[in-house]
Amino acid sequence: MVLLTVAACGGGPSSSAAWDGPGDPAAGKRVISRIACGICHVIPGVAGARGTVGPSLEGFAERNLIAGRLPNEFELLTRWVRDAPSFDPATGMPELPISEDEARDVAAYLHSLR
Amino acid sequence: MSPPTFTRFVDRAGRRLAVGLLLVVAGCGGDQSALAPAGPIGLSIATLAWIMFAGAAVIFGVVMALTVIAWLAPLRVRRWLGTSRAVAIGGIAFPVVVLSALLVYGLCVTRTTAGSEGTGPVSINVVGEQWWWRVNYAQGDGAQPVITANEIRIPTGTPVRLVLTAADVIHSIWIPRLAGKLDMIPGRTTTLVLEAADPGVYRGQCAEYCGAQHAQMAFFVVAMEPQAFDDWLATQRSPGRKPATPLQEEGRQAFLRHGCGACHTVRGTSAMETLGPDLTHVGSRLSIAAGMFPNNAGTLAGWIADAQHLKPGNGMPSFEMLRGQELRAIAAYLGSLE
Repeated sequence: MVLLTVAACGGGPSSSAAWDGPGDPAAGKRVISRIACGICHVIPGVAGARGTVGPSLEGFAERNLIAGRLPNEFELLTRWVRDAPSFDPATGMPELPISEDEARDVAAYLHSLR
Repeated sequence: MSPPTFTRFVDRAGRRLAVGLLLVVAGCGGDQSALAPAGPIGLSIATLAWIMFAGAAVIFGVVMALTVIAWLAPLRVRRWLGTSRAVAIGGIAFPVVVLSALLVYGLCVTRTTAGSEGTGPVSINVVGEQWWWRVNYAQGDGAQPVITANEIRIPTGTPVRLVLTAADVIHSIWIPRLAGKLDMIPGRTTTLVLEAADPGVYRGQCAEYCGAQHAQMAFFVVAMEPQAFDDWLATQRSPGRKPATPLQEEGRQAFLRHGCGACHTVRGTSAMETLGPDLTHVGSRLSIAAGMFPNNAGTLAGWIADAQHLKPGNGMPSFEMLRGQELRAIAAYLGSLE
């Protein structure tokens, strides 16, 4: 019972154990919670992330394009999550207060979503 | 149940209980726990709670022991337990003395936390509204009043008086680490005294059900060294910063063009209304939407675009007609209002 309760607090389909790319998906998930990306996006595995301003990030690793504009490659995604307007001035997604390392972790988390 | 099975059952139950208790106790820390007081008033309340807890534990133990005695002790002892004398002592005299002492002690504690005496040098008006907190530092010296929201800054080491009212329904203010909780009642004024020993951020929330978003009506008390507090107050008195980048200037124009000033104030601009929170220095706050989200460009933009989805029924409409770039620009402008 207690185990179940505790297990429910983690949750999420993140397969960080199987992650062998750059960045740390678990750390990325903490960054996503801290700056509340979930205010605009549905993000599997992140509590309260049910925003509908931007697209849902379910199965993001399977996505071909980032925001319908850029190939979904790790380095591009790392730059996009930190400074989307530098790619697309019309985007509603602002520059976000995270470091480059944190951006890599966030990209790692998004690429762990299958 | 055979004896070995029973032993195992007891053993397992004991372990589960231990794990459960551990979890419960582990949940008692954090920035919003009455069991982790951060000032003299919080400490007096926590002390009262611990005395009651310890006293109740002792009394519970004694009652259980008496139950066993009434069941298994020699006849002579059991007879004595049934006498009028024993009933008068244990059933009348003891509760009267203990509960009276507790009442007097409790009233003394309450007097220090909710009384209008002991006013500090700082008095802050707090209005509970569905579902946020309007905070007004009325200094009474003809200076520009400082009005902010969802964040109460106080100097450390001195009692601060919160003058409480409500704009619509009954709310209740509660900062567990610093003070007791007190109702905020429309048409009446109540006062709560709180004091923080050290600088820090202490979470508080509404403790009286006040409508659909009651659970999302939180705030932060930020305790600062007295000098830092004075500097902060001086900064807050100044009008909103002028835009420093083209994006911020674009945001300022979009903010005014889309009618944000119909509900909000940014001193120094034509936005002068007071239905919603004063945004003159919104960029300096820790949270937006009454403690719901951290304050950054992303959350500001998301909140403006989708406030009704995020906190249904609150006074802020969702600005779904904004273009992406306008949204970013307004968020950049608001974030720059430090």
